[in-house]
Amino acid sequence: MTSILATALYKLKKPSIIPGFGLTLAFTLFYLGVIVIIPLSGLFVTAATLNAAQFWQAVTSERVLHAYKISFGLSLAAALINCFFGLILAWILARYRFPFKKIIDAMVDLPFALPTAVAGIALTALYAPHGWVGRYLEPLGIKIAFTPLGILIALLFVGLPFIVRTVEPILQDADRELEEAAISLGATRWQTFCRVIFPGIVPALLTGFAMAFARGLGEYGSVIFIAGNIPKLSEIVPLVIVIKLEQYDYAGATAIACVMLVASFVLLFLINWLQKYRSITSGWKGKA
Amino acid sequence: MRRSPTSESLWMRALLMAVGLGFMAVLVLLPMAAVFAEAFRHGWVAYRNALEDPLALAAVRLTLLVAAIAVPLNVVFGLAASWAIAKFDFIGKRLLITFIDLPFSVSPVISGLIYVLLFGSGSLLGDWLSDHDVQIIFAVPGLVIATMFVTFPFVARELIPLMEEQGTEEEEAAIMLGANGWRTFFSVTLPNIKWGLLYGVLLCNARAMGEFGAVSVVSGHIRGLTNTIPLHVEILYNEYNFVAAFAVASILTLLAVVTLLLKSLIEFKFAPEIRAQKG
Repeated sequence: MTSILATALYKLKKPSIIPGFGLTLAFTLFYLGVIVIIPLSGLFVTAATLNAAQFWQAVTSERVLHAYKISFGLSLAAALINCFFGLILAWILARYRFPFKKIIDAMVDLPFALPTAVAGIALTALYAPHGWVGRYLEPLGIKIAFTPLGILIALLFVGLPFIVRTVEPILQDADRELEEAAISLGATRWQTFCRVIFPGIVPALLTGFAMAFARGLGEYGSVIFIAGNIPKLSEIVPLVIVIKLEQYDYAGATAIACVMLVASFVLLFLINWLQKYRSITSGWKGKA
Repeated sequence: MRRSPTSESLWMRALLMAVGLGFMAVLVLLPMAAVFAEAFRHGWVAYRNALEDPLALAAVRLTLLVAAIAVPLNVVFGLAASWAIAKFDFIGKRLLITFIDLPFSVSPVISGLIYVLLFGSGSLLGDWLSDHDVQIIFAVPGLVIATMFVTFPFVARELIPLMEEQGTEEEEAAIMLGANGWRTFFSVTLPNIKWGLLYGVLLCNARAMGEFGAVSVVSGHIRGLTNTIPLHVEILYNEYNFVAAFAVASILTLLAVVTLLLKSLIEFKFAPEIRAQKG
């Protein structure tokens, strides 16, 4: 009897002579519960007080549907564009030598470190009709600030580091012997890239893509200044939530937030699954 | 010079460099330059006046206060979580890590909203709190909690993989030699993780001081009382007081740049030591 209990306990937690498990785990669970789990579940509890018709009405009103289209469409577009440029940037940072590389490498993280509100007003200053960049685009008939294009620029800004930071280490650790083998077997450089290098970085690229996409969906600060926030045209979902809150429409805000939260959880699981998949497939592993 | 067979032709390299660095310069570096250019548009005096404004100073004080509470609490949490997760083997560990990462995938706006729902008027807790004259939403405690939420994973996420790689042998040796748990932590574990910890604290602090969305939802924007630096930037900007907005924004930009430079300095200068720690 005791041995069954002992085996069960062993399965639950392997014994260790290191102290502090109970204390640290209890504190972790308490803090996690108070700061994250309880408040987040409060969102679903509040949503549950709405009846189905109210909920449906809140999440499918015309203005909200347009906002979904803008948020999902532009986040997707920004993540795709970033995959292309981010891959090139990761490539040159991982493989080439050039002056100020360390500093440029560090500055790739600027969108992570720069407060979103600052990014928002800086991008607006650049792309507004009289800004440094906007003034040259205006005569060409291209308007960026206060249009969906402005949202795209802001989402490109916040998403770039995700791609570079997931792809760069893979390129750095890549086994160059595989490339040498491909070349010596008669492949051109381009064939080597497409058939040998690229398949190896696809999982990392997908992870970065999903992260950038998820970040784009939730982004608020850097977008609202440059977007112009015209309902049905350049209004993102997080802004609709804020507007509903300001109108004390807590139920409506909660319902839309639930939809967005479920979308980001799906992406989170996708990212976790991709990372697991990456650790299983060992074809392109670092030198270890 | 003959090029190695595993690198591109000179033209291709030049093209890739031009495209990659050009994209980076336009998208990332230009906005940073724009902040300083706009801030100094009317000269040094206007810049200084904007920063010496009592409301700006109040925003700076509030931001420092919020970070001074939120960051240490998240450091304690990060240390506890990584100790429990990295030094022991138990069921549900991966799930726990997923939960710790959750705040990263929640929109800042929703991070603020959940506390409005929890503590705002109309909720159970909110009504009880207002009966007892405790205000959380539209007051400093709300700012602190929302900041704690968005910066929650930073330290833990930095430490967990590091401590998992280091394993448990050194701690086990210390315990066998008679050290107690605290002694083991302070003389064995902490020196081993100090760079990772510093790294996590830097990132956590940068985000705590710069958070906008979550804080904006819970703050109520009361000038001089619940306005952090990023919120102050927003108000100034919306009043078309651009020089002041960019002047205040330039402090946050400097904070971001210093954070990144310190981070690379740690990576660069202590690279051998960090590699040794990773075992």
